[in-house]
Amino acid sequence: MRHLSRKATCNSHGQDSSYFLGWQEYEKNPYHEKENPKGIIQMGLAENQLSFDLLESWLAENPDAAGFKRGGESIFRELALFQDYHGLPAFKKALVEFMAEIRGNKVTFDPTHMVLTAGATSANETLMFCLAGRGEAFLLPTPYYPGFDRDLKWRTEVEIVPIHCTSSNGFQITESALEAAYQDAQNRDLRVKGVLVTNPSNPLGTTMSRSELNLLINFITIKGIHLISDEIYSGTVFSSPSFVSVMEVLKDRNCDKTEVWNRVHIVYSLSKDLGLPGFRVGAIYSNDEMVVAAATKMSSFGLVSSQTQYLLSALLSDKKFTKNYISKNHKRLKEQQELLVAGLQRAGISCLKSNAGLFCWVNMKHLLSSNTFEAEMELWKKVVYDVRLNISPGSSCHCTEPGWFRVCFANMSKETLNLAIQRLKDFVVETTANGHSPSNIHYSSSKNSKRKLLPKWVLRLSSRDRDRESDER
Amino acid sequence: MTRSKSPAHEPESESEARRPTGATGMRLIVPLQGVVQGRGGLILGSLIPCALFYFFQLYLKRHRSPKPDSNPTSPSQSSSNLADLQRSSSRSNLSSRGSFGPVRVSSRASSIAKPNDSPYYIGLDKVSEDPYDRVHNPNGIIQLGLSENRLCFDLIEKWLLENMKDSVIGTEGGDLSISGIAPYQPCDGLMELKVAMAGFMSQVVGRSVSFDPSQMVLTSGATPALEILSFCLADPGNAFLVPTPYYPGFDRDMRWRTGVELIPVHCRSTDNFILSITALDQAFNQTRKRGIKVRGILISNPANPAGNLLPRETLYNLLDFAREKNIHIVCDEIFAGSMYGSEEFVSMAEIIDTEDFDKNRVHIVYGLSKDLSLPGFRVGVIYSFNESVLVAARKLTRFSSISAPTQRLLISMLSDMRFTQAYIEINKKRIREMHDLFVAGLKKLGIKCAKSCAGLYCWVDMSGLICSYSEKGELELWDKLLNIAKINVTPGSACHCIEPGWFRCCFTTLSREDIAIVIERIGKVAETCKISS
Repeated sequence: MRHLSRKATCNSHGQDSSYFLGWQEYEKNPYHEKENPKGIIQMGLAENQLSFDLLESWLAENPDAAGFKRGGESIFRELALFQDYHGLPAFKKALVEFMAEIRGNKVTFDPTHMVLTAGATSANETLMFCLAGRGEAFLLPTPYYPGFDRDLKWRTEVEIVPIHCTSSNGFQITESALEAAYQDAQNRDLRVKGVLVTNPSNPLGTTMSRSELNLLINFITIKGIHLISDEIYSGTVFSSPSFVSVMEVLKDRNCDKTEVWNRVHIVYSLSKDLGLPGFRVGAIYSNDEMVVAAATKMSSFGLVSSQTQYLLSALLSDKKFTKNYISKNHKRLKEQQELLVAGLQRAGISCLKSNAGLFCWVNMKHLLSSNTFEAEMELWKKVVYDVRLNISPGSSCHCTEPGWFRVCFANMSKETLNLAIQRLKDFVVETTANGHSPSNIHYSSSKNSKRKLLPKWVLRLSSRDRDRESDER
Repeated sequence: MTRSKSPAHEPESESEARRPTGATGMRLIVPLQGVVQGRGGLILGSLIPCALFYFFQLYLKRHRSPKPDSNPTSPSQSSSNLADLQRSSSRSNLSSRGSFGPVRVSSRASSIAKPNDSPYYIGLDKVSEDPYDRVHNPNGIIQLGLSENRLCFDLIEKWLLENMKDSVIGTEGGDLSISGIAPYQPCDGLMELKVAMAGFMSQVVGRSVSFDPSQMVLTSGATPALEILSFCLADPGNAFLVPTPYYPGFDRDMRWRTGVELIPVHCRSTDNFILSITALDQAFNQTRKRGIKVRGILISNPANPAGNLLPRETLYNLLDFAREKNIHIVCDEIFAGSMYGSEEFVSMAEIIDTEDFDKNRVHIVYGLSKDLSLPGFRVGVIYSFNESVLVAARKLTRFSSISAPTQRLLISMLSDMRFTQAYIEINKKRIREMHDLFVAGLKKLGIKCAKSCAGLYCWVDMSGLICSYSEKGELELWDKLLNIAKINVTPGSACHCIEPGWFRCCFTTLSREDIAIVIERIGKVAETCKISS
């Protein structure tokens, strides 16, 4: 067998993390309302499927966009040949205007500062290639999107050093945590090139406060490093506080002529806000000319299909549509989230108060047999295999506290969501009835539960740890 | 053409750290002798300068700034590519850790961000500033530097007219349904597209070679396909051997972010630019002597820019060579369907199929940018017989996936085998017509082309028109053609060709009338060259 490269054979793509394993289990036994009602419900994939009808009706009314036509005339040739890595100007213009609209038009963006990429995955990796290399690191607040371990580190050889956030303050970033992370990197002989945050946060579902953003800007100014704000969920902010982009804070601080202005970069995508992950549309926005120049050239490795650029330029230029879409989408997301939160509450499960995203950050600590990640894994496996819900355990997001799970709600109908809540409720009832002992309970939709014999070591574990149950929220 | 200097982004403390050796050394020896007395001082006095010298060399090696990525190195110096180790530039950041002042971009980025100084890219830029248009800008620059095929769009447009409605957005129960293409798809492409692509590739190759969809990984163009293979098959600092002249984009695709080297293996006009195994062997050994590990050979077949086909014999020999040296073969067959000559194209897949070769070392790259004229849609293929490579490549396609609406459209189009068969035939015929017209026009000017039978271009010998038989002379001619004749062609030096005077001229973006104009313009410049020489 021919020898492959180290990168091809190593494990730093993180593909073996539980995040992906749950996915695999789902694929083996996916829930379907009619064909497989006992299957696993997918709550581990942050996809927005609530507003397809709006997109479909627009497409029906605007056949030219998908038909390679502009004003009735075919522009097929033009599109077929268009492979300019500067991107279709009409699309970039429409995209920056859409981004501004999402931010309440408090900031505007210059299309020439934008680089299009095949999805935010590609955008994040490309930005890493531009800003850092081997022996260098970016600081990321935990918990963070598991995909970053792959996207930011694999081919770039950049390291991630976590900024530990805790539930004591709703997982917000603190100055001491930032400093500790910076020191941690130095101890590991890594040069810190910047901080990367996701705002709104994945998996927390919260928007960053102004004070957090100010804290970050202060930090990167003092340290002289970069800040990447992955704002891929900026269009999913469905309740207050409204979304504050880092660009807005910079503007308010009159930073636009200063050096730090060039060190703040935004990543965006249409995968979450428009629910079009299959289209592979991502963007890097930067005020640093060199970053834009380098990223533009690197985008050759992941250009957006001209067919897609044209289709979306027409869609996003329709301001009536975008206004309507944004507000309807918010409303539907809010309803779905409230449904989930209320349902979980009835099951005695609390969530982090969230105002954005396609998921809730759920606190199941009280269901753990012990305050450990092993117990979290045990619980997770039960939820996947017995309760048949694929949710993401906090450990896969590098959360420092066991017992938190990310549960997605935007990729299913209300009926399916209610079913999921019911299954979870039944599970919790059974678990609590057995006095916190983690039992292997099978769940059928008719609520008949069977209790299997527990291995002795499990019982011993649970009784020992009952006293250690903490009451954190 | 100026080559950009090294980026001025190094933090200042590094320049402070640089110090000369010899003078310092002497200044140490003499006092030391005084201090340590006698032989001890002498030994120390000798050791210390040596040590200083050693560390200085080490320091220099770490801080060597990367050369511009697309340098048109002169043929005899193309081995200077070896010096361009991207890896050392990222290491330089380690030692500047203690520096003051804000961080900059990575050195990788600053090297890539520099304006391209290769004539290949300069020419392309110039055309976009002043593009020829028969009606609106008849004195503009005519583009012959981009291998694009504009001859058969009418066929595709006709197909779209007849088939468009259902091909992009699926129709479920009579209503438009975006839910099929909107969500996450497998990043290495939909199986239906792989199946359709496998069928199309079989048709293109023209014989009973069948492609297995499960051995396919789809990417957003052939560009990422090459980069992904480079990442999978080689570590930073390793090398691939590439026969020259080669497509200038290889320097970008295989090297930029991977840290992998390309070692040219020079081919000569006397061989019609076909690779000789002897030259390959020599290059392999020379590279090994320099302590660089060769991981594979990168070939394009049909060749770009020379336009020839590798004979069956050569393909067998390549496989034997690869087996003997235990290396990979990456075969870019992107022009397989753009044949205009009468020779037969033999795909690597066919050779592997028929003989009992070690399949694990062969990887084929394909795409729809040339044969189907759809570069804007970003559709590329990695076809490999190596399961481990496929596993790794599949994961890497998350950075380079094909957009879902495009996948849907192509599933429809490529599955229509009657359409694709007709397209392939008519396309070949039209390319041949343009080729014959162009070559005949050049012949009238006394300009010959290499014997070629594939691609969207000719490999033209204009060495008779250059003043000095050197890269300098070639670039002067290129400049004249660009700025006086106002045609953009690609000089051989940009393709690392070892013989000066060769130019790649793409003719498939032109109409018959355009060709006449191009010939006329070349003729005028040819006159002035003959007068001055």
